[in-house]
Amino acid sequence: MQNQLDDRIIQVLNHEGEVAGELPELSDDELRAMYRWMVFGRVFSDRMVALQRQGRSNTFAPLTGQEASVALATALQPDDWFVGSYREILPILAKGVPPLAMLETYKGYIPTQYSREAHTLPIQIVLAAQMPHAAGLAMAIKYEGKPHVAVGVCGDGATSEGDFNETLNFAGVFKAPLVVVVQNNGWAISVPRRVQTAASFIADRGPGFGVPSFVVDGNDVLAVHKVMADCVARARAGDGPSLVEMMTYRMGAHTTADDPTKYRPEEELAYWKPRDPLLRMRMYLLSKGLLSNTEDEQMHEAVAAEIQTAVSALDAMPPTEPSRLFELVYETPTPQLVAQRAALQDIGD
Amino acid sequence: MPKWTMVQALNNALELELEQDERVLIFGEDVGLNGGVFRVTDGLQAKFGERRVFDTPLAESGIIGTAVGMAVYGLRPVPEIQFAGFSFVSFNQIASQATKMRLRSGGVFTVPLVIRAPFGGGVRTPELHGDSVEAFYMHMQGIKVVIPSNPYDAKGLLHAAIADPDPVLFLEHMKLYRSIRQDVPAERYEVALGKAAVAQEGSDITVISYGAMLHVALQAAELIAKEDGASVEVVDLRTISPLDEATIAASVSKTGRAVVVNEAPRAGGVAAEVIAVINEQCLYSLLKPVARVTCPDTPFPVPSIEDAFVPTAVRIAAAIRETLKP
Repeated sequence: MQNQLDDRIIQVLNHEGEVAGELPELSDDELRAMYRWMVFGRVFSDRMVALQRQGRSNTFAPLTGQEASVALATALQPDDWFVGSYREILPILAKGVPPLAMLETYKGYIPTQYSREAHTLPIQIVLAAQMPHAAGLAMAIKYEGKPHVAVGVCGDGATSEGDFNETLNFAGVFKAPLVVVVQNNGWAISVPRRVQTAASFIADRGPGFGVPSFVVDGNDVLAVHKVMADCVARARAGDGPSLVEMMTYRMGAHTTADDPTKYRPEEELAYWKPRDPLLRMRMYLLSKGLLSNTEDEQMHEAVAAEIQTAVSALDAMPPTEPSRLFELVYETPTPQLVAQRAALQDIGD
Repeated sequence: MPKWTMVQALNNALELELEQDERVLIFGEDVGLNGGVFRVTDGLQAKFGERRVFDTPLAESGIIGTAVGMAVYGLRPVPEIQFAGFSFVSFNQIASQATKMRLRSGGVFTVPLVIRAPFGGGVRTPELHGDSVEAFYMHMQGIKVVIPSNPYDAKGLLHAAIADPDPVLFLEHMKLYRSIRQDVPAERYEVALGKAAVAQEGSDITVISYGAMLHVALQAAELIAKEDGASVEVVDLRTISPLDEATIAASVSKTGRAVVVNEAPRAGGVAAEVIAVINEQCLYSLLKPVARVTCPDTPFPVPSIEDAFVPTAVRIAAAIRETLKP
């Protein structure tokens, strides 16, 4: 069985939604906003899968079960940098990248909606290759003496790549203001976590690089926020990088092109279903009187409407002009690219 | 004007860049206190401090990967890969990351990055130190590839590379590091990327080359002038990607004959691309098929047999003679 929880794992809410650890400092509004983002992630992911099934979008990696990942962004300031991959859509959205940017990308368009102000790199696909970028951003922040941090996130499969380990090493050596996060969801497509490492925890890699490490219940959004807030504060204070392993679970398929029933034991899903991060936060908010069932329903409807607005905006967008590609190879197209673009257009006419 | 080697000219260019632009950082293996294994960064850490000129862990992917992050942030990283053959370890960071960030972000994030790396045969190095890797990077979209043949160009091209808004691979031929001295202005100047130079004017045939082979081509031209009385034009590509097709086409259209020389292996190499350009643009001016002189398609030879593989003036002269035949 993948990723069963044990004592080492930092928890704030147990899986009944009861307080089991020290609560992070969050206002009622912040708690509700955090839950709203989780709902957004669930609804957005389901909608993306539906769009793919309707032939209106390309391959998508659902994030169902990993909505506590929003807390990778909730402890960040606008000028902090976020670098993730395809399972980090929710913190990417929460960091300020508009949903339309994701919709464009999965539609197969060249994105038009990124902005520097979100300080979030676009998704890249070569596992762990984004991690040294996060270290480089953190080194640059330190070089410029800015009070900001960078967060780099990958999955458990990516920790086998050299880039993951080189990132921890560079961050440690240069005492970079970086938080390295592993969303350990138990699976790299069909390959279970135990095939990635013989270690009990990926976080055990941290001490080998001189980097403090933490294991957190990755389905407990308050625990993830708390650990991230601590690591971000330490990085901001100049005390260097941290490694955070989130113990979570991929409840859906790897992507819309994957069928997990071929390799995933039924009982594993059954173990994780009641540990759904969304259920847990909802139970907590209901018990605290911060949310009612009616408000929850309204929130789901509002989120679905917001996503529909983005989908409609996508539908209204003109498709990417083929010539646009020539403008994004270099700042100024080379004479070769100018000629090739003209040749392509001639044939097109 | 000082007479400088390529090492001195490059060192001077880096010093000027560090002086004038706080965003420029130099890092890699042994580039700090040691000043680089060829002393290209000699004295720079002493002058600019460990913040701006520093040694890194010995990990090429990490060096380039962190440089990508710094460049996105807005700095001007100039990392060194100790030998170009070791750039294979960082190939992914260049091929899938540095060169793709502009597209991936719709032009919002860019990677102004200059990767310096020595390479080249003729200096009896262990394996992978001498390999000519430029064709891999010429095939790659989104990176420019520069190979200077002399100290003056080396300095001007390095300034232009650091000023360029996109990734540049700057390859320095080891054999040229100290073998040529040249008048080099001490102040900053640029030699434009993407512009070839006519190293020697001639009228009967064009020889196209770059890097250390440019000098071997010039020797061959001299041989031909002396022994055959023919006038050879020699073109120095200087930038491998993007190729200066206009200069190539103008010269070959004028002479009607061409030999292309590269030290790298033959298949899919720079010479092959240059010949394709000639085919596209100069076919009706050609009096003979274009010849190429290259290393064979073997791994780069071990030092004891190196001279049998790397193109020589005699081999280039033979190709010129063959191409000059009516």
